[in-house]
Amino acid sequence: MQEIVIRTEGLTRDFKTVRAVDGLAIEVRAGTVFGFLGPNGSGKTTTIRMLLGLLEPTAGRAEVLGFDTRTAAGEIRQRCGALLEHPGLYERLSAEDNLEFYARIWRLSAAERRARIRELLEHLGLWERRKEMVGKWSRGMRQKLAVARALLHRPALIFLDEPTAGLDPVAAAALREQLDMLARSEGVTVFLTTHNLSEAEKLCGQVAVIRAGKLLAIGRPEELRSQARGQKAEIVGQEFSPNVLAAVRALPQVISAAVEGNRLVLQLQGGATVAPLVNAIITAGGQVEEVRKASLEDVFLNLVEEER
Amino acid sequence: MIDLGDVRTIVWKELKELLLQRGTTRRGVLASIIVPLVMLGIFIPLQEGARWVQSPMTPLVWIVVPVFLVATMICDSFAGERDRRTLETLLASRLSDQSILFGKIAAYVMYGWGLTLLGLTLGLITVNVTAWHGELLLFPLRSIAFTLAMSLLGAGFAGTGGVLISLRAATARQAQQTMSWVFMGLMFAGGIIGSKLPATWKVAAAQYLAGGTLVKLALTALLIVAAIDVVLALAAMARFQRSKLILD
Repeated sequence: MQEIVIRTEGLTRDFKTVRAVDGLAIEVRAGTVFGFLGPNGSGKTTTIRMLLGLLEPTAGRAEVLGFDTRTAAGEIRQRCGALLEHPGLYERLSAEDNLEFYARIWRLSAAERRARIRELLEHLGLWERRKEMVGKWSRGMRQKLAVARALLHRPALIFLDEPTAGLDPVAAAALREQLDMLARSEGVTVFLTTHNLSEAEKLCGQVAVIRAGKLLAIGRPEELRSQARGQKAEIVGQEFSPNVLAAVRALPQVISAAVEGNRLVLQLQGGATVAPLVNAIITAGGQVEEVRKASLEDVFLNLVEEER
Repeated sequence: MIDLGDVRTIVWKELKELLLQRGTTRRGVLASIIVPLVMLGIFIPLQEGARWVQSPMTPLVWIVVPVFLVATMICDSFAGERDRRTLETLLASRLSDQSILFGKIAAYVMYGWGLTLLGLTLGLITVNVTAWHGELLLFPLRSIAFTLAMSLLGAGFAGTGGVLISLRAATARQAQQTMSWVFMGLMFAGGIIGSKLPATWKVAAAQYLAGGTLVKLALTALLIVAAIDVVLALAAMARFQRSKLILD
C-alpha cells in the first residue's frame, strides 16, 4: 500500500463573500502523478497555496508529507518543489544565477550545485545559453527553466501549476516523459494542474475534477471514463444500415444511437464496454474501422456541465 | 528564526540584482557605486582640500547620502518582486520569514554603509594626495566613530522603514511615491512638532543641549535612531505574513 502524501478533509477557503475552495477531500498517494483539473477560477491555485502553507484554510485541514499545513508549513516547504502560476524567475539574472540562487536556498554544496545545474540545463537543452539574462528568453524557455528550478533539490513532492503552458510540443512531450520517469523510478509525487486534458490522461495515475471549489470526481482516468453518466462512444466505419442501428439499439448498455455520416454515435450506460457493440455491428452487416471511446475531456466537460 | 546562511543567500541575490538593474554589471557598478564615489569621495574632498577631514560637512554627507540611496533602492525589495511576479515562488521556498526580511534589509544596508566606508577612505586618500603637507591627514577619532555609527543606523532606518513601505505597496512605483511622502512628512513634521511643544519642554531641551557635551549629544542621537530602527524592524516583522503578501 503506497503512503499517502497529501490528505485534505473538508478543506475550505473563503475570500470575503466568495468561497474559493469548498470542503475539498482528496488523498494523493506517493509516487503518483496526480492531475488536478478544473476550469479557470475553480480553486486550483488556492488549493496549492493552502497545501504549501501559504494561505490558511478558513475551515477543514490538510496534511502534506505527514505535516499539518497550519502548524508545520515550514517543514512542508522544506520538502517540496513548486512551479506556481507564474515562472517566478529573476529576469535581470542569468539562467545559471537563477538556479544558483535557489540551489543555495536548498543548501546544496558548491560541487552539488555545479553538477545539478549542469545536469538540468543540459537535459533541457539550455546549457549553452546559461549566461544569458532570463528576461530576454522566450516564454517556453523560461518555463523550462522554472521546471528545472522546481526539480533542483530533488524534492519528494512537486507542485506544478500548468507546467507545459508555453512549451512547444517536443519540449512538452519531453517534460511529460521526465515527470513520468520521476514518479516511476524515483518515487517523486507530482501534483499537477493542467487544462490540457490529453496531457492529464497520458500522465496522471489519478485525477480530481473541481468546479467552483467543489470536488466533482476523483479516481483513475479510466475509472472516471467508465463511471461517467452518459458515456459517449463513436464507431467509425461503413454500412451502418437501419438493421445495424436496430441491432445496436437493442443492446441493454445502449441509451441512444444515431448515424452521422460514416460515424455511429452512441450514448452508453456507465461502465459499458464496447466489445459487444462491435460484435453486434459486424453480425448485422456493418464494417468497423475505428472505435473512439469517451476521452477524459468528454468526462470533464460532462462533469462541469452537470454542475452548471 | 534568522539563519545567517539564508540571510547571506538573499544578500547575494539582492546585490546581484542591484548591480544588474541597468542591464549589465558594468553599467550597474558605474551607476550605483562609481558615480556616487567619484562625486562624494573624490570631487568634494578635492574642492575642500585639507579642511575635508575637519569639516562638519563630512559626517553630514556620509550620514545623509546612504539614507537617501538605501531609501530609494529598498522600495523595490518586496514591491518589485510582487511587480515581477517572483515573490510567490520565493515565499514557497524553505526560507523563514525572518531570513527573507533581514536578508533584504541587510543587502541594502550593506550597500549604503559600504559606500560610506569606501567614500570616507577615498576622500582621505584624495586629500592626502592633493593637500599633502608632510604629515598624514586623518579624521578626528570621535567624529569618524560617530559618522560610521550614525551612517550605519541611518542606513538601517532607511532599510527597515523602506521595507515596511515596500511590504505594504502593490507596486515598486507606489512604494517610491509613499517613501517620498514619508520623507517630506518627516521634514515638515520636525518643524511643526517643534513649534507645538509646550514651552517648558522647549526650555528643558535647550538646557539639555546647552549643558551636554558633544559626546553626550552624539550618544543620545545614536540611541534615538537605534530605537527607531528597532521599532521599524519589529513593525516589518509583524507585517511580514506570507498569506497577506500573496493576496495583497
